[in-house]
This record gives sequence, C-alpha cells and structure tokens, in this order.
Amino acid sequence: MIELARLRFSRGEQVIFDEVDMRFERGEVTAVLGPSGTGKTTLLRLIGGQVRPKSGVVRVDGTEVSRARRKRLYALRRRMGVLFQNGALFTDLTVGENVAFPLRAHSALDEALIRRIVLFKLEAVGLRSARDKYPAELSGGMARRAALARAMALDPEIMLYDEPFAGQDPVSMGVLLRLIRRLNDALGLTSVVVTHDVNEALSISDRVIVIAGGRVIGQGTPDEVRAQRHREPALAQFLDGAADGPLNATDSAVPLSTDLGLRFDPGVDR
Amino acid sequence: MSRLLEALARLGRLMIGGVRHAGAMALFALDLAWVLIPTWSRPRDVAQQVYAAGVLSLVIILVAGGFVGLVLGLQGYNILSTFNASESLGVMVALSLVRELGPVVAALLFAGRAGSAITAEIALMKTTEQLAALEMMAVDPMRRVIGPRFWGALISVPLLAALFSLVGVLGGYLIGVVVLGVDAASYWGQIGEQMAAWEDVGGGALKSVAFGAVIALIAVYEGYTAEPTASGMARATTQTVVLSSLGVLGLDFVMTAFMFGA
Repeated sequence: MIELARLRFSRGEQVIFDEVDMRFERGEVTAVLGPSGTGKTTLLRLIGGQVRPKSGVVRVDGTEVSRARRKRLYALRRRMGVLFQNGALFTDLTVGENVAFPLRAHSALDEALIRRIVLFKLEAVGLRSARDKYPAELSGGMARRAALARAMALDPEIMLYDEPFAGQDPVSMGVLLRLIRRLNDALGLTSVVVTHDVNEALSISDRVIVIAGGRVIGQGTPDEVRAQRHREPALAQFLDGAADGPLNATDSAVPLSTDLGLRFDPGVDR
Repeated sequence: MSRLLEALARLGRLMIGGVRHAGAMALFALDLAWVLIPTWSRPRDVAQQVYAAGVLSLVIILVAGGFVGLVLGLQGYNILSTFNASESLGVMVALSLVRELGPVVAALLFAGRAGSAITAEIALMKTTEQLAALEMMAVDPMRRVIGPRFWGALISVPLLAALFSLVGVLGGYLIGVVVLGVDAASYWGQIGEQMAAWEDVGGGALKSVAFGAVIALIAVYEGYTAEPTASGMARATTQTVVLSSLGVLGLDFVMTAFMFGA
C-alpha cells in the first residue's frame, strides 16, 4: 500500500505538487492520469525515493520513503519493480542477461535456477525466443515487454509503470494492457500506472487519479471519475481531449502582441 | 562605465561558475571515495574496465611512444653531437621520457582516447535511464558503474605511461644506435648509470598515478552529471578532454616544480 500525504514538491520556481494526497491500494491497478508535464514521472520517482519531497510524507507499506536512510530505501526498492518509459534496458547485455541482472545482484541462486526463472519471466511476456537478442534488435513493444520481465524478476509487490503505452502500436498496447492487469491479479500487486492515455487507463484500472496544475482534480473508480466531470471543467477537458479549456489557459497570460513587440494590439490574440 | 561593469559581472559569473563546478566535483569525489574499496568486491568489473580503457588504448600509446622516441633520438643526436656528447643520447632520451613525456603525453592521449569514451558511455546510460534503473533495482550505480570505471582509468594510465616510455627508449635506440651509429653500450650504459631509480622512475610513476586520478575523476564526473540531451553529452565529452588535458599539464608543472625544481 502506498500513501502520499500533504505532499509538496517543486522544481525551481515551478510548483509540481501542492499539498497532494493519494492512496494506492494493494491488489488494485491505479492509473494516474494527467497532461504531459504535470509531474507524473516525478510522482514515481518520489515513490521510489529517487527524489525527496519539499514537505509531506510518502509512505510505502508503513516505511516513510521520504525520510528513509539509504539501506532501508534499497531494501524497499527490492520489493518494487519499475517499468521505465523507454524500457531502460542495459544495452550491452542480452534480453536474458537483462532479466537475470536483478537476480544476480540480489540473490545467491545458482546459474541453472536463474536460467529457469529468466525463461519463466520471458515466457510470461511472450519473449522467450528473444532471450539472446540485444535490446537494439528489439522493436519498441518488445523492448517494453522485456523491461517488464526484468522489472518482475524479483517478484515485486509493487509495480510502477511510467507511460507504458506511449509510442505503442494498437496490438502491443493491447498486449501490455492485458499483461498489467493479469500480473496484478495473479500476484496481488499494488500497481501504479502513470499515463496520459485516457481510454486505456480507464479500461484496465480499478481506481483513477487525475492530476493537473499541481493538484488532484478527480479520483475514484473510472465511473466515479467520469461522473465528476461536471464539477471540474479541467477534468472534463482532459477526459474529452478538448483543445480549449482551463488546462491551456496559462499561455495567454501575456498577449501575443506584447511578445511580438507591437505597440497596438491588432486583436490576433483572441 | 556600464560596459565595464558588465564585463566585470561576466568575469564574476565565470568565476562563480568555476568555483561551483569545482565544489560539485569535490562533493562527487567524496561520494566516490566511499565506494572505491567496495568496488573491489566485484574484481571482474574492474578488470573489464582496465581492458576497455587500458588494453584498447595500447595501439595509440605504443605507436605514439615509438614516434616520440624516434624524434627525440634524432633531435637529441643533432644537439649532442655538436658537443661531442652523442654517447649521452640514451640518458637524454630516457630521462625526457621517464620524467616528462611518458607520463604527460600518455595521459593526454588517454584523455582523448579513453576518458572521452568513459564520459560518453556514462552519459548515455544516464540519458537512457539505465542509471535510474540500476538505482531502482537497489543496485548503487556509483558502485557498479562509476567505481569500476574510475579504477580502470586509474590503473591503466601509469601502466600505459610506462609502456610509452619503454617504446620511446627503443625508438631512440633505433634511430640513434642502429641508424646514426651511436655506441650501443654507452646508450644503455649511461641510462643505467645516470638514471636514479627513486627520483626519476619513481617521480615519473608518481606523476602518472596523479594524472590517472585526475583524468579518471573528471571523466566519470562529467559523464555522471551530463545533461541528458544530445548537446549535453557532446558538451560533457568535450569538457572531459579539455579539463583533463589542462589539469594534466597544470599538475605536471606543479609536480615538476616540487620534484625537480631545486
């Protein structure tokens, strides 16, 4: 179970999270939705303890990640699997070696057993035949699945997915969606899926959290979130993918004519 | 007046930037110091980096050392023979190489050949989130990626410098003794007589260890802190070559002044 309470985080002048509260329950797939640049990846980095909040608490299974010492943090990370946006496979290792990497780093299993586990993990993502290939030889979808196999290598209790659907063709997107759901249900994981693909997220997740402008603008089951749209115009705009609305209003703070150095506003800005 | 102030402000900015850079590197060096011993818990990682940085630099080091020796032999012979002292050719070549040219030129070549490669590799691993992935797998990238590369460079530089000097002395022999007819016995004999094991060989070795540390630190630091973009990587690799070359030359002056100054 992951819990964020009164979380504040900023990068330079820009406030990324402003007193945000979130919960991620065990056994559920929770999707975190939001426009690009709202700090969704930062959220995962906060949960993993790679960055620390300005104030507030990040708690994973009772451990305060935001204050944990390095040893504690590393122990906690062994129970987390992360699927990075572009896979982040080690480019000079084969797919099989990539999956074996965390096992070799953290277990004293013998090679024969590691080989078996690697085969099981690769079978689960449908890449058993690609075990001797290098990441550069894989397609985008295959690389993402190989990375998923690596993230699952140590049987984590928590899975964090960073934009798993970005740049995927419809078929591999479908494969990934099913994998995320099945892994979560079969192993009773806490899954956090950070994405901006609204329909995909709503279709597989148990709960949805929508963030924009540093705060939560909607949360609940997919149906509940759809129902909240009337209360929150930004939420409605995001769910519909509408071009006009509160989410892109910030850009017109300075009229175009000012930036162009014109003395008279010709009215093009409206 | 305002232009003067502006120039002053720019100078100040430059200096503050430099100091900040140096400070950041010092903090990084402290972090690195913590993992230097634990890195050896995986000796194969270090061996791999000695191979990548050192063994693969052998060709350029040996060829360059040979040419430098040939040139030294030729120039030395021309000068020494005007004083009828061409028997001293051996010791002149050997001292120049062991004290100065070996450590310095080998280090400069190493910075260009291997230092830049170390920086580029680490920077790309950072850009493609491989370092972040290591961290999230509870594997410390400092220990697993940075430490072995630091050791690899630190071990390689003195060995390469020694080989550079050796090949250089052979090059001097080739041109001086074989081509120009200097007596072989006095070529080697004078080296044996006049070169001090401790001061000359030891001093040169100390230099190249120091140069190795400078290049290794700069190379891994620049890679680790590279901006994760294409131009950021380009800047980092350039920075490695420029900073470590300047560092080596500056440090060489300081060390020479202390060791051979008075």
